[in-house]
Amino acid sequence: MSRLKEVTKGIIKENPVLVLILGTCPTLAVSTQASNAIGMGLAATAVLLGSNIVISLLRSVIPDKVRIPCYIVLIAGFVTLVEMIVEAYTYTLYQALGIYLPLIVVNCIILGRAEMYANKNSVLNSALDAIGMGIGFTLTLLVMASIREIFGNGTWFGMEIPWLKDNSISVLTMAPGGFVVFGCLIALVSKISKGRVRTNGESKCEGCPSAQACGKQSAS
Amino acid sequence: MDFRALVIILMGAVLVNNYVLRQFLGICPFLGVSKDLKNATGMSIAVIFVMLMATAATWPIQFYLLDRNGLGYLQTIVFILIIAALVQLVETVLKKYIRVLYNALGVYLPLITTNCAVLGVTIANIGKGYTFAQSMVNALGSGLGFLLAMVIFSGVRSHIESSDPPESFKGLPITLISAAILSLSFFGFGGVIENLFGS
Repeated sequence: MSRLKEVTKGIIKENPVLVLILGTCPTLAVSTQASNAIGMGLAATAVLLGSNIVISLLRSVIPDKVRIPCYIVLIAGFVTLVEMIVEAYTYTLYQALGIYLPLIVVNCIILGRAEMYANKNSVLNSALDAIGMGIGFTLTLLVMASIREIFGNGTWFGMEIPWLKDNSISVLTMAPGGFVVFGCLIALVSKISKGRVRTNGESKCEGCPSAQACGKQSAS
Repeated sequence: MDFRALVIILMGAVLVNNYVLRQFLGICPFLGVSKDLKNATGMSIAVIFVMLMATAATWPIQFYLLDRNGLGYLQTIVFILIIAALVQLVETVLKKYIRVLYNALGVYLPLITTNCAVLGVTIANIGKGYTFAQSMVNALGSGLGFLLAMVIFSGVRSHIESSDPPESFKGLPITLISAAILSLSFFGFGGVIENLFGS
């Protein structure tokens, strides 16, 4: 039962994008089409699973002082692997994701989970955590991309939707639409959970290396 | 050297393809550090500095080391390592020799390693097939675009702080909505290059 909780917490309670506010760049950039969102979500999940397992295995080996560079090298290795697989098997997706595929390296979700979870928990729990976080990330991307694709382009997974196709609000698929939809989704989650989420988002930031820049930690 | 092409790249990177507002790179510092003008400019200048250094280091390595030996697939690993090492080096050198600059930029440097705009600009330069001079100009333009977005948004932020949005929109959501409006205003620059340079 508690094992199951490791997976489900990533989907709603500690959703990496909407609650922990990690990985905003790829979320905003890739969520213009539902199919790209699924591709990005799965690619990031694969990297997260690999890095969480290996970092958890090596947690007593890696010296504490150089842990961040070590994590980055490990993550970059997994990203290169995923990059090659995507290029080989789904070339259209590779072209659609473009620069955002190698940029999974600096996705805060992956480094954040390594720092917040994998380096203090067992291998099995870290793997489950990665799966949960990955599902949470993919689902959020899918919801955002669906909203933007259906209303902005009048299609869903490339299928045309009769009335919306002729009455699309094309600004939604462009940059400002991304900011608006993301802002509204966070507000919605915050409304449903009655403000609990926002305080969570601020207290769970210490693991992110850019937490200091965000002003969530007092600058030394 | 085609000077006109360089000007077009510079203008395009600053105004039309602004990294933060059009391409969603470097959103974390854009949302986090833009609360006051002093931090926003400090962070942006550090970013410009590291972008230029990183481009100067990664471009020759990609063309003279990786491509010549058929190791192009190592790009991601090599670039992130170079950026991490470079940031560390710059921090150490500034701390030892240029104390004034270190006091101004020191706090921001460690965070820049994981700033996706820096890795993004180095990878984009290679992907677009720019020459060395064009890459450096693109890095400068992207950095200046980041500075511009940060400075404008820090002004917007100071007004948001004193406003009173609906309860569930407080904090990040209202900030994102304001960012959307700023991003919308940058659409006005679309086509400015074609009109000025007729290309």
